[in-house]
Amino acid sequence: MINHPSVSYIDNHSVPRVIFAGTRLIEVDLPVGTRVIYPNPPLEPLKDVDAAIRYAINHPHNAEPLYARLKPGMKVFIAVDDISLSLPPMKQPDVRERILHIVLALLADYGIDDIEICVATSFHRRMTAAEVRHMVGDKIFKAYWPDRLYNHDAEDKDNMEYLGTTDHGEEVELNKRAVQSDLIIYVNLNFVPMDGGHKSVSVGLCGYRSLKAHHNPKVMRKCHSYMDPASSELNTSVERMGKLANKHLNVFTIETTVNTKMFDDPLSFLMKQEDRWNSAERFGCKAMIKTLDALPQMARQKIFERVHAPYGVTGVNAGETEATHKKTLKRGFEQFSVPVQGQADILVSGIPYISPYNVNAYLNPLLVTVMAEGYLFNMYRGKPLLKKGGTMIITHPCTDYFDHAQHAPYIEFVHRLLPQTRDAMKLHHMEEDFASNPAYIEMYRRGQAYHPAHPFFMWYWGEAGRQHRGRVIVVGADNSYIPELLGYETANSMHEALEMAQDTAPPSPQITLLHVPPILIADVT
Amino acid sequence: MSASYFDVDGTLVRTNLIHPTLYYLRAQANPIKSFKMLARAFSRGPAMALAELRDRRLFNEMLYASFEGMTEDRLRLFSEEIHEEVLKPQLYKGARDLIQRSLDKGHEVVLISGALEVVLEHFAKEVGAQTIIANRLEVKNHRLTGKMLRPIVAGPEKALLIRQHAAEKGYDLNHCNAYSDSYSDVPMLSVVGHPAAVNPDAKLKQLALAYQWPIVDLDAGNERN
Repeated sequence: MINHPSVSYIDNHSVPRVIFAGTRLIEVDLPVGTRVIYPNPPLEPLKDVDAAIRYAINHPHNAEPLYARLKPGMKVFIAVDDISLSLPPMKQPDVRERILHIVLALLADYGIDDIEICVATSFHRRMTAAEVRHMVGDKIFKAYWPDRLYNHDAEDKDNMEYLGTTDHGEEVELNKRAVQSDLIIYVNLNFVPMDGGHKSVSVGLCGYRSLKAHHNPKVMRKCHSYMDPASSELNTSVERMGKLANKHLNVFTIETTVNTKMFDDPLSFLMKQEDRWNSAERFGCKAMIKTLDALPQMARQKIFERVHAPYGVTGVNAGETEATHKKTLKRGFEQFSVPVQGQADILVSGIPYISPYNVNAYLNPLLVTVMAEGYLFNMYRGKPLLKKGGTMIITHPCTDYFDHAQHAPYIEFVHRLLPQTRDAMKLHHMEEDFASNPAYIEMYRRGQAYHPAHPFFMWYWGEAGRQHRGRVIVVGADNSYIPELLGYETANSMHEALEMAQDTAPPSPQITLLHVPPILIADVT
Repeated sequence: MSASYFDVDGTLVRTNLIHPTLYYLRAQANPIKSFKMLARAFSRGPAMALAELRDRRLFNEMLYASFEGMTEDRLRLFSEEIHEEVLKPQLYKGARDLIQRSLDKGHEVVLISGALEVVLEHFAKEVGAQTIIANRLEVKNHRLTGKMLRPIVAGPEKALLIRQHAAEKGYDLNHCNAYSDSYSDVPMLSVVGHPAAVNPDAKLKQLALAYQWPIVDLDAGNERN
């Protein structure tokens, strides 16, 4: 079989691979024969994004055009995806700003001025004014913030409305203003295949009552993987709830896809396979590694926080939720899908500085597990990239540091609950009491903290990976107690980690490096 | 069952202990009397500032000495006025929500404060608190003597009173919550399993960060509140 261009093998002439270890970049020498899976090169972006947006809303899938649904004086609720999409945040103009400009102009033409724009945060942290401004642009921000442009508040009990219960007992409760509007327009930025579709409204605008239905260890254990909607119990549950919601609501969905152009200069070398680097890129990489090594953690963090991604928009689709999402997923997988033959005994991956849950904050130890056993493990369709009982090797310092403003409940979860148990089912029993701590809820409602249930969700997010993998070995941890709390082993070097992994691997193990970011989905056969 | 213990001044309301006292001094029937009482209170200012640094209980004693000679009935009337005019308008945006969520958890809500019990009775009704542990003034012949009854609710004493209250009610302190804005309340925050710094002063904020206690800004509000 001829290898896909995004899959290569280490040979005697290969240069070291460069992967993330938090806010550092490190060079790793991998054994000859190691398979390296890269993201596909960025798809060509749309030449005229505004034209594509206009076309999409005028030629929607399985729905009337947006203009045909508008009536003067109607009440419109526009919901937009939050800071977790994209990663890192897009360079301005964000595609959500482009869509909002066009949609708001159309609404104005139809004499509609009762409009509210809501950031669909669910249990994520509230976006700051500056972050919202970056996302929607100055003009919209000045016109709407804060009275008509605001963050969803899932704990504002007076502003939540129960819609009904699915035949599987899932309770659907959504933002009351959304429910009471004549039209909901959802503006999505689809970054990975688990985003969008029914998840936009029925998760983004819901509260605890609804989240409990699927954000639990039982459901998460049945996701194989959650990046493959067809094989994700999470997606199945969300779809049931979304269908019920859409029976009551008038939803017009606008979804967008972006390419993998995550890094510009001076990090653009990360967009190419190391063996194809020219001398300027090799020099640039060495200089970057040395610069980052010389800086303290806080400075490295600040540098990366200023990096905005030059993503190109590759698709805009609109209309009825499911028909639209089908097109979105197709376009997304055209970008992400890398065919891979055979599973790995040992799966190596760098843990980057960013995840959906720590934009502008440090990637704390709990989020390291979310990245390893959650997102990276789940970057597959078909079979998992890692064989059952195989070993994951990750690179991250696992520093015992948490951003107090964003992740205060995580601290107590890691330091008080994890020492008691790592069993997700047992932790699930502690969730409700922990998640009702009034101090944490006020931090979520008034500050920038994730909801106190969120650290539990993060643990569940890694549950399928945790049930499947054998061992996890961390390279470069600056302490051993955090990896121990997480159930991980530690090694001082990649060489040592590979030797440790081979103790429990078959002879001549298949070693694979999942070379992310940017993002890829391995289609494993 | 468990309890949530709330400091009041600076935690649930923007005011401190001095505000109600100043209100009382200003609100005398005769302006000349008001002026005299205020002048006397201000003359004690430096001594009170020193007392505050040394021992909060001493500060409280000096502060409440201003009430000497007031009739018990008048204190009751003033208390209602102080609640309506001083405390209620200064309630932080998130205070009611924080208390309601504690009640929703099934916690007994206890106000523990250096303020006067008689003033907090109105406040407790307003916010839904069930129990008050606060300062009381000595009354002789229906007049205040300006002296405080023991125990004086301040600083480390609050921790002891919380222990006693929890023991009487059979609460496990590990499951209790406490909220305060002030570094002087670290003892009270330290005895419960779930402490939180609310609108903290600089020293408490530093300590809360070091101990990784939640830090809540009840005045922040979100866009819609």
